[in-house]
Order: sequence, then structure tokens, then C-alpha cells
Amino acid sequence: MIEARDLHKAFGTVKAAEGVSFIARDGEITGLLGPNGAGKTTTLRMLYTLMRPDRGAVLIDGRNVADEAEAVRRALGVLPDARGLYKRLTARENIEYFAQLHGLDAATTNARCNTLIAALEMQDIADRRTEGFSQGQRVKTAIARALVHDPRNVILDEPTNGLDVMATRTMRGFLKQLRNEGRCVLFSSHIMQEVAALCDRIVVIAHGRVVAEGTPDELRANTGEPNLEDAFVKIIGSEEGLHA
Amino acid sequence: MKFIHLKSPMLVVFFKEVLENIRDRRTMINALLIGPLLGPLLFIVLISALTDREVQKSEAPLEVSVIGAQYAPNLIESLRQQGLKIKPAVDDPEKRIHDQDEEVILRIPPDFAQSWNKGETSQVEVLHDSSHRDSGTPVERLRRMLEGYAQRNATMRVVARGLSPSVSTPLIVASRDLSTPQSRGGVIFAMLPYFLIMTLFYGGMYLAIDTTAGERERQSLEPLLVNPVARWKIMVGKLGATFVFAMAALCLSLLTFAFSGKLIPADTLGIQLHLGTYFIVLTLLVMAPLALLITALQTTIAAFAKSYREAQTFLSLLMMIPLIPTMMLAVLPVKPQLWMMSVPLLGQHLLIMKLVRGDVVTTNELGLCLGCGLIVALLACVVAALVYRSERLAISA
Repeated sequence: MIEARDLHKAFGTVKAAEGVSFIARDGEITGLLGPNGAGKTTTLRMLYTLMRPDRGAVLIDGRNVADEAEAVRRALGVLPDARGLYKRLTARENIEYFAQLHGLDAATTNARCNTLIAALEMQDIADRRTEGFSQGQRVKTAIARALVHDPRNVILDEPTNGLDVMATRTMRGFLKQLRNEGRCVLFSSHIMQEVAALCDRIVVIAHGRVVAEGTPDELRANTGEPNLEDAFVKIIGSEEGLHA
Repeated sequence: MKFIHLKSPMLVVFFKEVLENIRDRRTMINALLIGPLLGPLLFIVLISALTDREVQKSEAPLEVSVIGAQYAPNLIESLRQQGLKIKPAVDDPEKRIHDQDEEVILRIPPDFAQSWNKGETSQVEVLHDSSHRDSGTPVERLRRMLEGYAQRNATMRVVARGLSPSVSTPLIVASRDLSTPQSRGGVIFAMLPYFLIMTLFYGGMYLAIDTTAGERERQSLEPLLVNPVARWKIMVGKLGATFVFAMAALCLSLLTFAFSGKLIPADTLGIQLHLGTYFIVLTLLVMAPLALLITALQTTIAAFAKSYREAQTFLSLLMMIPLIPTMMLAVLPVKPQLWMMSVPLLGQHLLIMKLVRGDVVTTNELGLCLGCGLIVALLACVVAALVYRSERLAISA
């Protein structure tokens, strides 16, 4: 479970987050939806311990990030906005590197690598150097390495960014699989269709604040709009930065 | 290729950086071939070319154009006997010297014989341009021949007047060169420490940039830092890899010097260069703390820089620093004091000069150099670790 409590973060005079609070539960896919520049990436960075909030707290499975950063990171699988690979290592070596940093033993590393490579359908590229990988192949590798330690909680920043239709379908299937395994899945997106298709719960962020929260049905009911897209526009107050 | 299974995250990072960079042919060529091999070879070719020329100049027959040779046939004969080759007179000697067509020209005035016969002081002119380094040796040789002739004639004149020759030479300056063959070799090799220190800088530079600014630019630093490993441990792994590459470059460079040092015509110069195993081992030891200091500085600066290019610019500027002790020692030949060994760069510089000369390096000097070097290097590592804790480290703008 991932819990954000009143997160504040400012860069100089720019306020990226001004009191973000929400809960992402186990066995659910939670979507963080918002226009570009709404503070999604900054919020996620605070959740996955890369940034320290100016105010507020993050709890992962009840543990405070500020007190137990390393323990929290063991319980987190993260696909950040930056998803560069080591191009002179093979896909498998990229994954193994992170497994070793997590302190997994050789047998576990091997087993997890094979499981993920199969689940992400990347057998054909696993032992190739990642230089020259397509966007989809890169994202698959980055996800595999983020999940190699079998984390309870998964945070993904715009996971389908730059993916083609087929890769996007694979990705969605994979996220659903993670949910069905009982994990807490939190991802950000500015693409409404995706959020609508995947999420059990939606958190809408605009201007560094949570402006709405609930299941897709609740959001439709609260805004009185039968169409989810119209509901979002109503919540955010403008169509700027949203993609259908 | 499988990763060897490792427990410590520092070693995991270390071996991954080493593996990744060994696979990068461009880096390998840069760090381990061009720097450590080409540098020494170039240096040695340059030195031997220079010494060859010096040797040639002092031994080859000297050819000098003489104006007015007909006015002083005895003098000319004496010069010929001393091995001078007389070339015919030239027009406009000043211009020819200026244009470097001639290095030196001897001019004998028409009234030479007249004053000579009267027993007066006669004058000859040696035309040369002292701003041309090349002319030094031939001018010196010609002058020595002329002075020898003058001295002999002075003695004869004094004797002819029934006096002792010592009357006209109240003082003789005898200079005894106390430099040993080793110390003369050291003069030639005053540049050697600088070369070796530059090799350290060059050997670690690419990796320092690649593992910090480069990794951030390739967007892989953020995922890396999300792993449950303290940032300072990641930094230590990267620093370790950079350090090993710098030391490997130095080691190769030293071996190149050891093998190619034989190309220097040391015997003809009467010098001896100590580039053996003792020199290599002690130099590696003395340089180790400096290598750590340099790689820590490089890592800090590269981590601080906003981009790969900025890191490159900063690190090129950092490479100016080792010039300071080299310049200082070249301009002000200071006597090495014990305290100087405690100054990083300067200490290494002085100790390597001592080693190549074959001087004894005392335990005090070595201990001070290693101890202080290590303390400063560890401080630099702490600074690098602090920079790594910065929040903006991972985030590329």
C-alpha cells in the first residue's frame, strides 16, 4: 500500500506539489492522471524516495520513507520517467545488475530473470546488448529490472509513453497481471483512455493538488457527466494538456 | 557473459562499471593506449632527437664563414688546425645571420695585421644571434678556438719579453662539474613526473564523466539510485572503477617508459636513468594516493556538472593544475624540503624526480607523501559522497 500524506515540494518559487494526499491500495491499479506539468513526476519521485518532501509524509506498507528509506526501496519497484539502460550490457545483464544491487542470490536472480523475461515476452532480445533497442524493448527491459526483486508495490511513471499499439497492449496486460497477483500498482499518465481502460481508482492532479479521487464510476457520478472524458475536463477546468 | 555473484553493492557497481567500460573500445583506446603509450613514446622520441642534435653539434666539424680571412693567415691556419672548416666570405653577413642562413660568422678587420704586428690588441668579431637557441654551441666552440689562439700568443709575447707566463694570468677559474650521471639524467627527465601525473588525469577522466554526468545524461542514474543501496556506496563503486583505470593507465605508461627508456642515448650524454622495477613499484605506490585524490575530484566535478559537455570542460580545466608544480620547479629550482613531500602533486613530483635520478628516498619522505596524500584524498572522497547525496544529482534537466 502506498500512502501520500499532504506532500509539498517547491523548486525555488515553482511549487510542484501543494498538499498531495491519496492512498493506493494492494490489489488495485491506481492511476495518477493530470495534465503535463501538474506535478505527477515530482509526486512520484517523492513516493519512490528520490526526493524528500518539504512537508508531509510518504508511507509504503505503513513504513515512513523518511525513516526507513532503504527498507522502503526493497518493497518498491520503480519505473521512473528516466529509463535509460546500459547499452553495452545485454538486457539480461541490465536486469541482473539491479538484482545484485538488491542483494538477491544467484539462484533467485536467475529464476526471477527467467520469469520476467517470459512474462514480458522478451526471450528473443534477452541476450542482446541493449544498444539499438526499440522504445518498446527498452521499456520492457526497464520494467523487468525494476521488478526483479518481486516488490509488493509498483510505481510507474508514464509507462506507455512512446510505445506503439502492440507494446501498449502488452504493457496493459502486464499491469493487470501485477494487480491480480495482489500488488499495489500506481502509475501516472496524461492519457485518459489508458487510465479509463486500466484503473480501479483514479487520482486526478492539477496544479500540484489532488482535485478529484475515486473509481471511474464515482468520478462520472460526481461530475454528472456520462462520459469520462467530459468528467475530466470538468474536474480540471480546461482541456489543456490532456490527450484523449 | 554472466555477472560474478557478489555480496557487497560497492563491488557490484565496481565490476559493472569495469565490465561496461572494457566493452567500450573507444574508451579503452583513449584511456589505455593513447594516453599511456603514445605520451611516453612521443616524449622519448623528442628527448632523443634533441640530445642527438646536441651531440652532433658538439662533435661534428664546425663550418664558419670568415670575412677578411686574408688579413690574418696565421689565425686562420690555427683555426684550421683546431678543426674549423673555413667557408668563403659572404655578402651582407648581418642579414644572413638574421635570416638564419648562417649560425655564426667571423669577421676580421683589414687593420688586423697592423695592430697585431705592433703588439697592440686586435679585434675580431663573432656575429651571431643569441636569441636563436641553436647558435649557442657553435658560437661557444668558435670562441673557445679564438681564445685558445689568443692565450697562446699572449704567453709567447710575455715569454719573449723575458717574463713568466703567469704574470699575465693572475687567476685561472677551474670549474668542476659535481653532477653525477644520474642527476644529469634527472634534468632531462624533469618532465617525467608531469607526464605521469597527466596520465593519471587522462586515465580516469573518461570514466569519471561516464559514470556520473554520462549516466545521468543517458537517464540511467535515476533508476540506479532507487535501488536499496546507500548513495555513497554507489559512489565508492564508481570511484573504485575510475581509480583502477587511472592506475592501469599509469602502470602501462611506466612500463612503456621502462622499455623505451633504452632508446634515449643516455651513454653519449654520460647519464644513467633509473627506470627499473624499483622505480616502477615505488612510483605506483607514491602515485596511489594522488590517483585517489584526482579521481575523487573528477567524480565530484563530473557529478556537479549539468551535462556531459560541461563535465568535459571542467575536467580539462582541472588538468591545468598539475602544471603548477612543474612550472614552479622549472622556474624556481627550489631545494626539496621535507615539508614539500606532504603537498599532493608537489610531493609526488619531487619524489619521482629523486627516484629517476637514483637518489635515496627516505622513509620519512615516503611516509609523509603517502600519509598526507591519503588524508587529502579521503577528504576529497567525503566531498564526492556529499555531492552524491544532493537531490538534483539524479535529475537531468
